[in-house]
Amino acid sequence: MENKTTKQEWPLWEVFIRSKAGLDHKHAGSLHAADAQMAIENARDVYTRRMEGVSIWVVESNYIHTSEPDQSAALFEPANDKIYRHPTFYDLPDELKHM
Amino acid sequence: MSLSTGAASFEEKIKNDIAIEPRDWMPDEYRKTLIRQISQHAHSEIVGMLPEGNWITRAPNLRRKAVLLAKVQDEAGHGLYLYSAAETLGISRDEMLDQLHSGKAKYSSIFNYPTLTWADMGAIGWLVDGAAIMNQVPLCRTSYGPYARAMVRVCKEESFHQRQGFEIMLTLSRGTAIQKKMAQDALNRWWWPSIMMFGPSDDNSPNSELSLKWRIKRFTNDELRQKFVDVSTEQTKILGLTIPDKDLKWNEARGHYDFGAINWDEFWNVVAGNGPCNKERLETRKKAWDEGAWVREAALAYSTKRKERKEKTLQTA
Repeated sequence: MENKTTKQEWPLWEVFIRSKAGLDHKHAGSLHAADAQMAIENARDVYTRRMEGVSIWVVESNYIHTSEPDQSAALFEPANDKIYRHPTFYDLPDELKHM
Repeated sequence: MSLSTGAASFEEKIKNDIAIEPRDWMPDEYRKTLIRQISQHAHSEIVGMLPEGNWITRAPNLRRKAVLLAKVQDEAGHGLYLYSAAETLGISRDEMLDQLHSGKAKYSSIFNYPTLTWADMGAIGWLVDGAAIMNQVPLCRTSYGPYARAMVRVCKEESFHQRQGFEIMLTLSRGTAIQKKMAQDALNRWWWPSIMMFGPSDDNSPNSELSLKWRIKRFTNDELRQKFVDVSTEQTKILGLTIPDKDLKWNEARGHYDFGAINWDEFWNVVAGNGPCNKERLETRKKAWDEGAWVREAALAYSTKRKERKEKTLQTA
């Protein structure tokens, strides 16, 4: 049963930080905030106290969809036997340059 | 996933040092142990702000004040990383805070001691944060992914805490006779509580065995305590201060320092709520929570109102 205080809890947000221009935003963690603006301000205080970021994304955790762990075999195992997708699969002479 | 394949895959991952992630199958007891440990760790960071917050307005100069503020702000951050990690296990933030405020959840007993002089800021940074680091570094490899990631972040930031504390002790110990005496007094008061921070000795630590098996913990309480005593004893020499333990001496055969008997009665007494500041700490936290209630409600009401207004504009547009 949800009690009164739990119902009033601010929503949870996932925080993504770009550490410097040219790099992807990367998941840093999560936090609670009443709205997006507060989530960005809190993310700045919680996750970038030491110049860790130049840009912040926040998204309400409710909107994140995820693959199921028990489907991971079906999803990811087919890649295991396709090593020919990697350049090291091909056995070529050492004198071959620039490839 | 059936229970037995879930359990097998869990055991396999633990054995091979593959992290357990929030949506993976895990034994109930593993989940419960982690919730207890991570939330208590978070509470310790939050309550841990109080003894030092006590000195922010009275720091001896602006540099010390800026440093202390930054350190206390870090502790708030560490509490938040840890609460988030615990929430991935299915407990809500409010539930955890309820447990803290009702006294059901514990926090590190060290924060139930008072900070009487400025030197205590030095002793806390050096010894209390030093002991915390020794506990936390192995936790960066703990088996639960979100906890390990939070700890990596915490450990990166914690090193400055210890160094600033030692610097305070060093400055005092090289200062006037009164300053040196103040540093010695702080060491006298914080030494024993600090080595108690590692928890009960191995033969008396009910949660240790499972935690080691599940690789939540990597070292026993006594192993970490010994390491802390060895390291801190050497560091004390640089300060020219004396550790308040007449039985402390180098044991060539063991390759470690021997140290005197710990007063476990004092430890359990503080855990039970009878330390010098237990009541005050909890009351301060509860007061902050209660007096902040209107802010939390207002922010939520404002956000709802804005959302509704936006929807209305969209409809009429």
